[in-house]
Amino acid sequence: MAEKRTLEPGFGAWSYRIFVWGGGLLMLAYLVLPICVALLMSFNSGATLAFPPKGLSLRWYAALLDPVKSAPLHLAALNSLKVALATVVVVTLITAPAALALARGPRRLTSTVEPVLLAPLVLPALVYSLSALLALSLLGLGTSFWTILIGHSMVFAPLMFRTVLGLAQRQSVSLEEASATLGASRLRTFVRVSLPGILPGVFAGAFLVFMQSLDNVDVTLFLGNPGQTMLPMRLFAMLEESLDGRVAAVSGLLILAAALLLITLQRFGGRDAR
Amino acid sequence: MIRKNLIPAWPLILAMVLFFTGPLVLLFGISLRGPDGSWGFGNFATFLSDGFSRKVLFDTLWLGLRVTALVSLVCLPLVMLYWHAGRRMRGLILIGTLLPMLTSNVVRTFAWVVLLGRNGPIGQSLAGLGLVERPISMLYTEPGLIIALVQIEMPFLLLPVFAVINRADRATLDAAETIGAGPWRAWFTTILPQILPAVLAGWVLVFAGATTSYVTQSVIGGARLIFLPQYVYRQVGVLFQWPMAATISILLLASTGLVMLALALLSRNERLQAHG
Repeated sequence: MAEKRTLEPGFGAWSYRIFVWGGGLLMLAYLVLPICVALLMSFNSGATLAFPPKGLSLRWYAALLDPVKSAPLHLAALNSLKVALATVVVVTLITAPAALALARGPRRLTSTVEPVLLAPLVLPALVYSLSALLALSLLGLGTSFWTILIGHSMVFAPLMFRTVLGLAQRQSVSLEEASATLGASRLRTFVRVSLPGILPGVFAGAFLVFMQSLDNVDVTLFLGNPGQTMLPMRLFAMLEESLDGRVAAVSGLLILAAALLLITLQRFGGRDAR
Repeated sequence: MIRKNLIPAWPLILAMVLFFTGPLVLLFGISLRGPDGSWGFGNFATFLSDGFSRKVLFDTLWLGLRVTALVSLVCLPLVMLYWHAGRRMRGLILIGTLLPMLTSNVVRTFAWVVLLGRNGPIGQSLAGLGLVERPISMLYTEPGLIIALVQIEMPFLLLPVFAVINRADRATLDAAETIGAGPWRAWFTTILPQILPAVLAGWVLVFAGATTSYVTQSVIGGARLIFLPQYVYRQVGVLFQWPMAATISILLLASTGLVMLALALLSRNERLQAHG
């Protein structure tokens, strides 16, 4: 892969090398450094979030755990966790079987239905949530836990649909046929043959859905119960009021979660690449 | 043989039709309802005849185009680096691309609030270089918003391109160099055409992301810079103007949809197809 290309010395070659290596690394820094800054700020020991931090400490992580001062934040986090977990359950229950069935179904049907089921990924979530709120108000219904749950499930279902469909399509049908031919019941074939094949996709999808639901503002803003503050709203409010160090600490935790997700995905990705 | 059983797909399809497509159809319907109860395109005419509304629409599209252009420019050296890099470096670039995308909205926004703020490194270094008298804040300014949006949207162009560049035919580059093309010309005439379909796909995502990112636009851009998403939110949250909010949403969809359609038509272009 890493073969060195011999370039004729000359202005073209030098400018090309400088552009590719210098420019490329600079842009990589532009992409990654903001995340590093957020992580660094979470360990800052000063009272304000001035950059660079004056010293390092875990005081903001400690402040995050303070049960009295951070009570509203804890409540918001709990609300968001509830929604995120329920969304993962709903999405898994309706999406994973659908993806598996469509992967085994007629190719024509799958290629027709697929773009429709992936539409929520391209459509602005803001527009969808506005339309959902409109539908609710026409029906005379208010927003509640259930409306956020349905909204999140619809918007994030494609994430799991994609990961499961990808694995299910690569899985050989002949394994299932062999299992059926050997006399296994349909349920047994599903549990012993089909399910293990798509499980990594279900886990990856569940993790993605969980993180997105926890982080979502657009849908939550419109469909959320006004009496219940959700985590991202609370954090943005803290960010706008005063640069609270606890926002940095939460950021630190979320970066850790993303890194964990990345490692998990790479493990799974690496395994089926070989 | 196992009978093809499509029953497990029905709950998802029904839910999508009922809870996703249904509300959108309603939204389109109500956008056609005038303030006097009549039906028609009156709301669209009202919106487009208002100078301020037109400016917001124009600003939003202009923001999306500028961000898309800048993202392309910024991603070019990184894509070329990825192409030339070895296995380990490629892995590093891929992690660097995925990490910002997988971290939360809150983290990205928080990072840019710190970076662009008065005490942030950008303001301080501008002052240190003597370009401005004292550290300035770039928060709530358009350049600040664009700098942040470009970083946030970069992964959406990079990932589709990285996915196809692995399959790009290296022999064409070697051939071009053998017959005497310099490195610039060789890369731009052999590799770039092969990744163009992915670039177009990325542009669609970047443009849609930049024009509809309510959070970034309002937290980094501030209250003075108004784009369509905030405008929609104000119509509903403050003024309770449902039909107008619906109209603006449809315009937002239509304008991003038009850009996507243009890009899709562009990718059908024969010259691009020949390599894709």
